[in-house]
Amino acid sequence: MTAAVLNVEHLRTHYFTRAGVVKAVEDVSFEVRRGKVLGLVGESGSGKSVTGYSIMGLVDHPGRIVGGRILYNGTDLLALSEPEMRRLRGSRIAMIFQDPMMTLNPVLRIETQMVEAVLAHEPMSRQAARRRARDALGQVGIPSPDERLQAYPHQFSGGMRQRVVIAIAMLHNPDVIIADEATTALDVTIQGQILSEVQRLCQSHSTGLIWITHDLAVVAGIADEICVMYAGRVVERGTVDDVLDHPAHPYTFGLIGSVPSRNERGQPLRQIRGTTPSLANLPQGCAFRPRCFRANEICTNEPETMSISSRRETRCFHPLVAQPT
Amino acid sequence: MTVFIIRRLAQSLIVLLAMSLIAFGGVYLIGNPIDILIDPNATEAERMAAEHALGLDQPLWAQYWHFLVNLLHFDLGKSFSASIPVSDLLLQRLPATIELTIVAFLVSFLGVPLGVIAGRRPDSLLGKTIMAGSILGISLPSFWIGLMSIIVFSVWLGWLPSTGRGDTITILGTQWALFTWDGIKHLILPGVTLALFNFALLIRLARAGMQEALMTDYVKFGRAKGLFERRVVWLHAFKNILIPIITVQGLELANLLTGALLTEVIFAYPGIGRLAIESIHFLDRPVIVGYMMFVVTTFVVINLLVDIVYGIVDPRVRYSGGGND
Ligand SMILES: Nc1ncnc2c1ncn2[C@@H]1O[C@H](COP(=O)(O)OP(=O)(O)OP(=O)(O)O)[C@@H](O)[C@H]1O
Ligand code: SF4
Ligand SMILES: [Mg+2]
Repeated sequence: MTAAVLNVEHLRTHYFTRAGVVKAVEDVSFEVRRGKVLGLVGESGSGKSVTGYSIMGLVDHPGRIVGGRILYNGTDLLALSEPEMRRLRGSRIAMIFQDPMMTLNPVLRIETQMVEAVLAHEPMSRQAARRRARDALGQVGIPSPDERLQAYPHQFSGGMRQRVVIAIAMLHNPDVIIADEATTALDVTIQGQILSEVQRLCQSHSTGLIWITHDLAVVAGIADEICVMYAGRVVERGTVDDVLDHPAHPYTFGLIGSVPSRNERGQPLRQIRGTTPSLANLPQGCAFRPRCFRANEICTNEPETMSISSRRETRCFHPLVAQPT
Repeated sequence: MTVFIIRRLAQSLIVLLAMSLIAFGGVYLIGNPIDILIDPNATEAERMAAEHALGLDQPLWAQYWHFLVNLLHFDLGKSFSASIPVSDLLLQRLPATIELTIVAFLVSFLGVPLGVIAGRRPDSLLGKTIMAGSILGISLPSFWIGLMSIIVFSVWLGWLPSTGRGDTITILGTQWALFTWDGIKHLILPGVTLALFNFALLIRLARAGMQEALMTDYVKFGRAKGLFERRVVWLHAFKNILIPIITVQGLELANLLTGALLTEVIFAYPGIGRLAIESIHFLDRPVIVGYMMFVVTTFVVINLLVDIVYGIVDPRVRYSGGGND
């Protein structure tokens, strides 16, 4: 098994808002391996993006990482100074955002935005940086990259823009890429293309990929491992096959049931009852309790993460799969 | 773009016509200029002669027609009271106003970096101080600030002159004060007084723009690329906040160029604004009308310039042709 490049351990990121403390990320742990894909799944507001920002050291005020460790090749990123962190950002750990319409600066040429990304980490002549940028565009399948460098973001389609963003993320062959809903804003055919493009690039450069999405179907197609998040916590973790075939946590079970599948055609989709709780006002004990069909008295206590088998964990008092005894 | 410019010019021609009509009618309604211009003890014959000389004995429509025909030859007519061509009068006063505008404009631009600083850290002591200053600058009336600065700097301290333009030198037949030490001293008080409002306005625009820009994805992505914060703020965010600033500054420039009436009156500054006020006292219709033509033309030209600058700053405008306003 390949070693982990990134270990997130008991990460806790809180927002200190006027209305109170929002525990956006509360005890999140996972590992990212070289050349492997970790799917980070959860509904809106479950803390997926904030987890990504925490790793990048880009949590905005009034947020703050209040606990845990983020080990990159054994170094704790939380102990690094801002200049040290800046050197890692974009060169060793890169991030791709959801909306390619918003990620690129509308008033700067693609060339400017790519060349600066090259020069931020490797001093070289502008011509050399430009060549690097051009080759990177070619690598992600953008035709006539030399001309396209001159263009502005609005002259690209959404899919092409996301390719540019991916090219920027890949410029320095990072060890980890965090893709936050990177295909959600694109239409389905483009989604598939981009997905396999990213997968191919990551595999060939043995880059570890964190694929953040709320779409289980996407994760099923791309990920090796899955982390399911609910209300800022990882509630279930394991290999794709294990988790999708034998979900342990009732929330994961519900999620899988709400995805349309081929063999259940014609039947109504199951939905998880209730709505996402507000992070500022979580129920006592297990955060999923009000929506859970297996909840009972014990669940008013906070469940701890426990392993079911090696590399398989869940955070539930009544998991749906047999526990080791 | 050419179509756009032609359409703009056609529109402004209509505005010019309308303005001249209003000015003509307005003066006619207020009173007969001849009553102010001639000695009250003049005989009826003298009065008739004067009226005839100024063309005031003709019906209004004939006077207006005459004015339009002259306008086609770029002739605005002669001042009733000063008996020199209106265009000469305007040109005489224009350098003073231009100098005042330049000084006020340059001083007020200091508000931009201050606003950016305040926008980056709105909750810091510095940020709050800057904001408080800008609230004062916007809410204190300029005549009050002008009078106070005269009291403090001219009367008490005796550092700066409070009226007039000071020494000038002649360049290409026009008088310029900006090139003499005495002239510069005369420009400081009115210049700063005039600048204050725009200075405060720019602080607010830059601060609000910066706060908004710093939350965008392209800024976050810039940081995720590993760019230095300097570059993220002063290139990525800054170039985007220029768009609203340019719009407002275009109007502000036109406002200043057409005469800061109040400031010019308080400081007895012989600019074009004071000329307008004086000509209204004398019902000096050719000057009033000429001044209005100048105002409209200035606004039209500056708006055109703003549109062109837009295209330079915002590439999205450039390619759409700018015709759909
Ligand atoms: N700047 C902020 N101030 C206060 N709370 C914030 C801030 N940013 C995020 N949060 C909180 O963190 C929680 C998690 O947000 P996050 O963006 O990580 O969710 P997500 O899982 O990425 O959801 P989505 O699928 O909608 O992107 C949100 O519920 C929000 O309340
Ligand atoms: S701990 Fe209890 S409430 Fe929470 S998911 Fe498990 S069974 Fe449901
Ligand atoms: Mg998100």
